[in-house]
Amino acid sequence: MSKTARVLLWTALGIGFAVIYFPLLVVLLNSVNADTTFGWPPKHFTLEWWGRAVGNEGALHALWTSVLVGLVATAIALTLGTMAAFALQKYRFFGRNSLSLLVVLPIALPGIVTGIALNNAFRTILGIDLGLITVIVAHATFCIVVVFNNVVARLRRMGGNLEEASMDLGADGITTFRLVTFPMLRSALLAGGLLAFALSFDEIIVTTFTLGTGMETLPIWIYNNLFRPNQAPVVNVVAAVLIIVSTVPVYLAQRLSGGDSSSGGRI
Amino acid sequence: MTAVSPPSRRVSAFFHRKPRLRLGMLLSAPMLWLGLAYLGALAALFITAFWSTDVFTGKVVTDWSLDNFVTLFSDSVYRTITLRTVGIALLVTVIDAVIAFPMAFAMAKLASPRAQRLLVIAVMTPLWASYLVKAYAWRTLLSGNGVLNWLLKPFGGTGPGYGVTATVITLCYLWLPYMILPIYAGLERLPDSLVDASGDLGARTFRTFRSVILPLTFPAIVAGSIFTFSLSLGDYIAVKIVGGTSQMLGNVVYDNIGAANNLPFAATVALVPVVIMLVYLAAVRRTGALDNL
Repeated sequence: MSKTARVLLWTALGIGFAVIYFPLLVVLLNSVNADTTFGWPPKHFTLEWWGRAVGNEGALHALWTSVLVGLVATAIALTLGTMAAFALQKYRFFGRNSLSLLVVLPIALPGIVTGIALNNAFRTILGIDLGLITVIVAHATFCIVVVFNNVVARLRRMGGNLEEASMDLGADGITTFRLVTFPMLRSALLAGGLLAFALSFDEIIVTTFTLGTGMETLPIWIYNNLFRPNQAPVVNVVAAVLIIVSTVPVYLAQRLSGGDSSSGGRI
Repeated sequence: MTAVSPPSRRVSAFFHRKPRLRLGMLLSAPMLWLGLAYLGALAALFITAFWSTDVFTGKVVTDWSLDNFVTLFSDSVYRTITLRTVGIALLVTVIDAVIAFPMAFAMAKLASPRAQRLLVIAVMTPLWASYLVKAYAWRTLLSGNGVLNWLLKPFGGTGPGYGVTATVITLCYLWLPYMILPIYAGLERLPDSLVDASGDLGARTFRTFRSVILPLTFPAIVAGSIFTFSLSLGDYIAVKIVGGTSQMLGNVVYDNIGAANNLPFAATVALVPVVIMLVYLAAVRRTGALDNL
């Protein structure tokens, strides 16, 4: 490849990354901007808004809801995603391809479709009032695929040799799972769980349609306060917190998965 | 293994002899959840689209009719919104593909293996930083005294403000990583020897790109486009945050669930992105893009 082409490609990559990270830096910078109205460039800096955000009842309550929903949804997704991954990776059966499509569907369709479908099912068909349970069910539904993908990638890489060797040496199925399969899966499960939690923590569209009235997750709290000018400084802090809180698990998960999840998508 | 007690060994042996039973047990819970709950909900959504809402009580009336579909297709407001939504989704997809390709190419073919890993993490990490926060970041960037106006001022220009252009910019930004990652994966699989061979045979850079690289990575680009296109079709929050007064299909769905309390019509409108996506998926099936997801 010509030298010019190389320079151009590296430049494109550099500019691309600058554009990807710049808006996030602006949000972080804004959270310590002393001006209550956003003006660029910021002139004075303060940690006052961080202090106020820590004492903000609405934001704290929303944080708690987010964590609770994320933990329960992740637990469900870990169970169901792992079961589905074992079934689809280790067995060949009729309808296998359709089933793998079904696992991806909640996230391949636009969030608004998943949201309204579940909203309609809960309210019109089942007659259940929206609340905490409904949002957990919704989050678990689209988190399954994250766990599923991580576990499938690991199972594919592992192959079946070690398990067969374990059986040949006289271990039964349960012992093999406990001493061979599970230890090799552990980091993939952790990575999948972290990603599922991050996905649930950030989700807003499906949440809007399935959360009970008067309840707020952190993204919904931001959204509800976004258009209130006097809340701007605290919104900036919560936004900054969301950036930090949600990127850490993703970074960790990437390192844990050992490059397993090469699949590009939101998955 | 001396620690294993006989009963557990008997249980293991029982299941070992019955692979179908093991499969059934593994599949039962996930399929109950996804098959019944999720597919059931989608089916119910489809059915609800043919129902209507009682004007006085606001309750859903289970009488079958095509009224919602007639309204959707005959009312010029909804036609405009549908066309605008599809147009925005197409534009976002094309812009993202154009921006993502050189980035992915530099990552896959120029960077060292160690740098590759770091670059992938650098793309993945902001991907998960809250969707809402990223849209919000663009609201401040595009605002009257925001960064964009400040940057353009010395050149006598101004930013686009809030509107359709702002929506396209924001959506491009939001979904860019979804395009970079599949293209990167596709390029990584492309053998260097093919590119070298093309050069040895006398092709210049552009010719190699057009005749060798592009055809081989096309499925990966299509795979990325599935995400950018689908996510743009269903979006309503970015439009609310930076879109000014313009609306997309998602906003119609949202407004009909909330303020208008017309769930059946919302269901009808929500079927539009589903149908478009199913047609799109069917159209790209033959490229092999679905295996790249």
